[in-house]
Amino acid sequence: MADEVKLFGVWASPYSRRVEVALKLKGVKYEFIEEDLSNKSDLLLKYNPVHKKIPVLLHNGKPIVESLVILEYIDETWKGNPILPHDPYQKAVARFWAKFLDEKCFPALRKAFSSKEDEQEKAIEEASELLKILENELNGKKFFGGDKIGLVDIVANFIGFWLGVIQEAKGEELLLTHKKFPILCKWIDEYVNCSVIKENLPCQR
Amino acid sequence: MANEVVLLDALASMFGMRARVALAEKGIEYEYREEDLMNKGELLLKMNPVHKKIPVLIHNGKPVCESLIIVQYIDEVWKDKAPLLPSDPYQRAQARFWADYVDKKVYDAGRRIWTTKGGEELEAAKKDFIESLKVLEGVLGNEPYFGGKTFGFVDIAFVTFSTWFLAYETCGNFSIEVECPKLIEWVKRCMEKESVSKSLPDPHKICDFVATWRKKHGVGVGRLSAYMSTVTLDRFECVCFWGLLSF
Repeated sequence: MADEVKLFGVWASPYSRRVEVALKLKGVKYEFIEEDLSNKSDLLLKYNPVHKKIPVLLHNGKPIVESLVILEYIDETWKGNPILPHDPYQKAVARFWAKFLDEKCFPALRKAFSSKEDEQEKAIEEASELLKILENELNGKKFFGGDKIGLVDIVANFIGFWLGVIQEAKGEELLLTHKKFPILCKWIDEYVNCSVIKENLPCQR
Repeated sequence: MANEVVLLDALASMFGMRARVALAEKGIEYEYREEDLMNKGELLLKMNPVHKKIPVLIHNGKPVCESLIIVQYIDEVWKDKAPLLPSDPYQRAQARFWADYVDKKVYDAGRRIWTTKGGEELEAAKKDFIESLKVLEGVLGNEPYFGGKTFGFVDIAFVTFSTWFLAYETCGNFSIEVECPKLIEWVKRCMEKESVSKSLPDPHKICDFVATWRKKHGVGVGRLSAYMSTVTLDRFECVCFWGLLSF
């Protein structure tokens, strides 16, 4: 039976994009359905009644939600080009960093860019501490996944792409500078030049 | 090669309890080390430098952090006995989703119940907490466990909160059994398993801890005073509990 794969997402959402990267990496054909988050479709509410959020992956009519859960599902269902290591310990390490990115880094980064002036300095300092931790984890490796991109690289797409865009839009290097984060900046260069990522970058509107 | 397994933990932590239950389910021998969370040990800081939190599973010298990641690691390494996650990818995704739901919804609302002074904040916390429990009760349905016929990942993720139910009920003046009777039946069923009953502390101990904390922070002890001095707390346990608030 042919696989029917649909992805409910939003073109500008890093969470949605990371699922697309994983599907493309595995060579899975899918239909992308753009959601209007100010007017959520009946289908979205049907397939994700608990959180009512994108992304939602629909595989042969069965929904999977929460981007990290979706990424593991994709890796377990389509075995080519694995995004998680085979070794249980390395897998646990990858899951740890993916969780760190989602639960600590991204909220701190969002806060750094959206804080009012008097709070911004502190927010930037907190975000910098977290980026430093990521730099230390990368040290010596081309990607978080080693020679090839893996789960953590896919999840770190907010840093890989969106951070640079936000900084450019704001017209100043608030946070991510080559001087402060040379290793992370090098990773970003490798990341955006990686072909599967290149095909999945939204244009910098 | 001999397996050396150490668990850095704190008695009252529902997250630490998850690791204990998983290890017990698999029949793994390990060394339990109670951490003084007010004065964190060098080993904890070395093994979890990012978050400095328990639980940490140390397997042959290598640390695994974050309770649900630890449970999955245990399941993958000791895979020949008592599988905790289903083998089907879709069922596994459902299990991961609901365990994540427990972390995001139940923990937060529960914590608000026992730390707020009262009034509107408490009522809002209770509402969120009961709502999240009702959703989980719906997920359980008529099956004996969240894992279906067998005890599994979501059961482990959620049952550890049951030791805290008495504390939540007392602080919030409500009955979980009245709101979600099927969940309480499920808790009792889980407690029949030695892996669960031996891993979870007495709920009265948790009440005692909560009462002590509330008294110290001027939040008001009220009904909880009934649970004080029914259990002897040594200073070490008190200190461990206060340190738990960092998680």
